[in-house]
Amino acid sequence: MSHARRNLSGVMVLGIPLLWIALFMLLPYGIIVTFSFWVKKYPTFVPAFQFGNYVTLFTDPQYVLVLLRTLKISVLVSVASLLLAYPFAYWLVFRCRSAKLRTWLYMAVIAPLWVSYLLRAYVWKTILGTEGVLNSFLKSIGLIDEPSSIFLYNQFAMVVTLTYIFIPFMVMPIYTALEKIPANLTEAAADLGMGPWRSFWTVTLPLSAPGIAAGATLTFCLSFGDFIAPFLVGGPDGNLIANVIATQFGAALNWPLGSALAIVMLVVVLTIVSLSDRMERKGATGGI
Amino acid sequence: MAQSPNRAPGLVSRYGADTAFMTFVAALMAFLYIPIWVLIAFSFNDSRSLTWPLSGFTLDWYVKLASNGDLLAAIRNSFYVATGATILTLCVGVPAALALHKVNFPGKTVFRRLILLPITLPGIVTGISMLNMFKLIGFPLSLETVILGHATALLGVVVTQVYARLQRLPKSLEEAAFDLGASPWRSFVDITLPNIRTAIVGAGMLSFVLSFDEIPVTFFLTGRDNTLPMYIYSTLRRGVTPEINAVGTIIVLLSLVLIVVSVVSTRDTKQK
Repeated sequence: MSHARRNLSGVMVLGIPLLWIALFMLLPYGIIVTFSFWVKKYPTFVPAFQFGNYVTLFTDPQYVLVLLRTLKISVLVSVASLLLAYPFAYWLVFRCRSAKLRTWLYMAVIAPLWVSYLLRAYVWKTILGTEGVLNSFLKSIGLIDEPSSIFLYNQFAMVVTLTYIFIPFMVMPIYTALEKIPANLTEAAADLGMGPWRSFWTVTLPLSAPGIAAGATLTFCLSFGDFIAPFLVGGPDGNLIANVIATQFGAALNWPLGSALAIVMLVVVLTIVSLSDRMERKGATGGI
Repeated sequence: MAQSPNRAPGLVSRYGADTAFMTFVAALMAFLYIPIWVLIAFSFNDSRSLTWPLSGFTLDWYVKLASNGDLLAAIRNSFYVATGATILTLCVGVPAALALHKVNFPGKTVFRRLILLPITLPGIVTGISMLNMFKLIGFPLSLETVILGHATALLGVVVTQVYARLQRLPKSLEEAAFDLGASPWRSFVDITLPNIRTAIVGAGMLSFVLSFDEIPVTFFLTGRDNTLPMYIYSTLRRGVTPEINAVGTIIVLLSLVLIVVSVVSTRDTKQK
């Protein structure tokens, strides 16, 4: 009786999520996979099974360019976030002597996540613009005579904005990974005569690799699918994949091509996630 | 980090390194917080253009907000959507976390992967895949379809938070309840639920904020009604105005309140 009851509760606990996943994830994903093989036929599109949309994506220079640009921006954002987040997290965990200050600074980095993502992108538009805060500030202190347009509507602006938005996702996992490293390991390294740099390269860095992998995965994937920053600060040549998808479902009305692009995005994200999963697992078993 | 005190040169370089680190941390904080101050400062500036130096103090932009009917409707819509999405995602996410925690079933890894996928999967994919489905079955787009989309996109957030808490609970508690003859439901309500309550509240608050702020899914799934971020987004198409800074400042203040509430509620758990 109690065994049956236990099973029943298991079914109930599992049933709702399974139903939800089937209805709102598997079914919709199945539909975009199907759509990605259809053909655009004015004024809408018709069922078919052909790879034309994918061929277009990987041969038409227009789409290849956007794909490469999106990859480049996402990599740059991950690298920039890593370069900022790692020293910060390192300092917090190993160098900051006041526990209170550590908590405050950690919270200060995470807190912006609670502030609207759109606003955090918007504010960079107002800062970097030709008529913007940075230009007028530089002019008022006499550093430049004419407002410069080099700050906004380019890839630099996109990388700055996306790094600003997604950096908490890099700090959190690195901080967690560094915190888990037992102090006696670095002490042992020092006792064995290793300098701080050698002990960092041979002990701390490898042990924090899973955190880096997790952070890089998040920042990369989030930038890869972003369409707000390109819209606000990217300029005419700043379209990323997500903008092109949005166009296909809007003005261009080519749902099959848009679906194929979404599938490409899905595959890229899944690949990155499983790669980093593998790395994290390797870190977990190869580590302590 | 214990440093051997017998190395005098190490002390000098350590001092240098500390200064370098401090400067770096200060610069990072400036990078993170100057933009937020810029956002706030220009909401009180009495000029239409957002240029330095500030020209004078005004509350006009806030007054304008209060009489902007579209904006107020958008705020109402956002509250409706965020509330609905939070409730739904908790109703699905908490059982999912429980299932991951204690039920063993075939395909568990796939299940876990799928449910966590929307954390890394760009919202646009969730948005258009659900758009395709709703169009295919002829379901009209509305704020309710947005709620379904948000609940799906936020599932991973709820599951990670609640699951992490469940993992930290001692197994013996529930086993004891079970040995004493408590039904699974009783042991859930009396034992598990009180222990994961703060995690559920935390996950709920985070879901609410994320849903309130969501654009990619909303962009594809909304009908004629706008949520607040969609309203701001469409205003931005026409250009930048200090009115947006005023909305932004209010959002920053509300976020601050929520952060404080969430810190206080997590502190509660530590005391137990």
